[in-house]
Amino acid sequence: MKVLVMVKQVPDTATKIQIRGDGHGIVEDGIKWVINPYDEFAIEEALRIREKMGGETVIVTLGPKRVDEAVRQALAMGADRAVVVESEETLDPSQVAHALAKVAHDEGFDLILMGKQAVDDDAAQVGPMLAARLGLPQVTVVIHLDVDESQKRLRAERELEGATEIVELPFPAIVTAQRGLNEPRYPTLPNIMKAKKKEVKRIPLGSLGVDDTPRIRVMNLIPPPERPAPTILTGDPEETAKKLVQLLHDQAKVI
Amino acid sequence: MSSGVLVIFDQNQGQVRHVVLEILTVARNLALGSVTALTFGTDASKTLNMLGEYGADQVLFWEQDPFTRYSSDGFADAIASVVPELDPAVILFPASAWGKDLSPRLAELLNAGLATDCLSLRTNEENRVIATRPMYAGKVLAEVQIDTPIQMFSIRPNINAAVPSPTTPVVLDIAPVISEDSFKAVVTERREVQSGVQELTEADIIVSGGRGIKAAENFKLLDQLAEVLGAAVGSSRPVADDGWVPHSYHIGQTGKVVSPTVYFAIGISGAIQHLAGISGSKYIVAINNDPEAPIFKVANYGIVGDLFQVVPRLTEEIRSLKAKN
Ligand SMILES: Cc1cc2nc3c(=O)[nH]c(=O)nc-3n(C[C@H](O)[C@H](O)[C@H](O)COP(=O)(O)OP(=O)(O)OC[C@H]3O[C@@H](n4cnc5c(N)ncnc54)[C@H](O)[C@@H]3O)c2cc1C
Ligand SMILES: Cc1cc2nc3c(=O)[nH]c(=O)nc-3n(C[C@H](O)[C@H](O)[C@H](O)COP(=O)(O)OP(=O)(O)OC[C@H]3O[C@@H](n4cnc5c(N)ncnc54)[C@H](O)[C@@H]3O)c2cc1C
Repeated sequence: MKVLVMVKQVPDTATKIQIRGDGHGIVEDGIKWVINPYDEFAIEEALRIREKMGGETVIVTLGPKRVDEAVRQALAMGADRAVVVESEETLDPSQVAHALAKVAHDEGFDLILMGKQAVDDDAAQVGPMLAARLGLPQVTVVIHLDVDESQKRLRAERELEGATEIVELPFPAIVTAQRGLNEPRYPTLPNIMKAKKKEVKRIPLGSLGVDDTPRIRVMNLIPPPERPAPTILTGDPEETAKKLVQLLHDQAKVI
Repeated sequence: MSSGVLVIFDQNQGQVRHVVLEILTVARNLALGSVTALTFGTDASKTLNMLGEYGADQVLFWEQDPFTRYSSDGFADAIASVVPELDPAVILFPASAWGKDLSPRLAELLNAGLATDCLSLRTNEENRVIATRPMYAGKVLAEVQIDTPIQMFSIRPNINAAVPSPTTPVVLDIAPVISEDSFKAVVTERREVQSGVQELTEADIIVSGGRGIKAAENFKLLDQLAEVLGAAVGSSRPVADDGWVPHSYHIGQTGKVVSPTVYFAIGISGAIQHLAGISGSKYIVAINNDPEAPIFKVANYGIVGDLFQVVPRLTEEIRSLKAKN
């Protein structure tokens, strides 16, 4: 099984987000960049597939220079090699999907694993767009995956609201990972050393011929509305519970 | 010239999620022409009255096979085949697992831009739509615009009101082209994991517990409070990671993003990743024995105290209040 894993580097989830002066982006100084948490599940699943069935795990990422750090970490988890699409520009999900589709097409693959969404813009679009672009079936938000290599079929459990569903499909296909799929491993010291020697192929975005007009534009970023000053109750549990119920009933009128 | 709004959603035994009624209201308020509803599968046509009640001008039901079982590739190809005939300016989806699976695939087939998980939509002077959507899990709101002829949006549940506006919908008879290569990925089974329990993303009141609860069995305190309130139960991440509650309870940046009227955070410190998931709540009520806990900075109401003392009394107070009314 040759598995491609699409990995995006995003601000650490503990980051306090500050809006840039022009209102079109965020202040990037001082941000700690990490692998998108959902992509870690995708990497882990690819490694487990390789351990079971053999083959190759290839990391594909698109972004500026800083993504080298994410690539190193993915290789230290155990991926075999990486392809980096070098891009300084801000692309929209469809443009990212087009670039990744070109790379995937040139690489060849049995399966593509990715995250269910990137925790920065939370678009949750690149997976299904890539699938449509490549003319392949997809299954998203996956919490359990069975690969039947001989029949070339997948059986995936995906999470819905208050339910899960089983989806069956042939591969090659696109699968997006949800928390619960597995527990991602930590890189071990020997693997961190080995990662330094692994192949990283670099492709300038310009050479892929991706359409350069985005379809979606951010006009303005605004901070979320401020919350009003809180009413804090202290003291006897009985009294405070009574007072709270009164406030929720009479003031907020919600119970 | 494209006009009107196409609303695409799933249904189950003739029932639709509340978000569908909210989206129909959003669609009408855009005032971009007629509102067309499209839904699928057995009993799809039983939604007719409900759709009429909320102002659909036209409806389209694909009830027969192969639409009885969801398929992302099959549904996307079929919808794409009729979009030229319907020629909508705007396509709306619920931002549910179903809508988020299908809408990007359709967007790519239609060469249309899509904005995910929108909170609100409005039209500008040129009759183009401006959407407000959260980014960085709600730490920032973005106003976005789509530059393609067809503008697509998925709409987050529980944000917009559902306002009736009765119509008598015209039932359209437009058959999709079903290609042989489609319907590769097919749903073969559905498993309810929280039967009888409200879905967090749609709940009006949520009672949520964190590590302060101390042990799995103590969640019954929250279940009791939730029961008198008619609320759904959620949790912080570590509590779900430790298996005290199912993963589906986990709220936050890497879990569910919720927007209830009231959110009770009980024994939850208020880590930035947790707050990201609850910032859409109208009222936040915190119960924590640490007066310095960050949760109090975002709460509307707070009790500084031991949850094991406070919660049972709160449950009793609410029970007697409800008995009186
Ligand atoms: C409105 C808007 C505003 C933006 N603002 C900014 C900004 O302020 N700063 C900024 O840096 N970028 C910005 N971008 C670009 C953005 O970061 C993404 O590259 C693009 O939108 C992809 O969407 P997503 O990250 O939400 O991916 P999703 O669709 O949520 O990602 C799903 C999965 O796709 C894969 N994937 C996504 N992107 C990549 C990638 N680059 N390489 C490899 N795999 C990937 C991952 O597996 C990921 O888990 C913006 C984009 C848009 C549309
Ligand atoms: C990549 C990443 C993603 C994450 N995503 C999420 C996410 O999506 N959602 C999420 O929730 N977390 C997430 N986290 C974890 C997050 O950082 C915090 O660790 C977590 O939210 C803390 O959970 P908690 O509030 O239940 O526990 P704690 O922080 O341990 O807080 C327990 C609270 O209970 C109070 N308490 C203790 N005893 C009592 C008592 N008897 N009565 C009243 N109060 C009491 C304490 O004062 C304390 O404030 C993420 C972390 C990382 C690194």
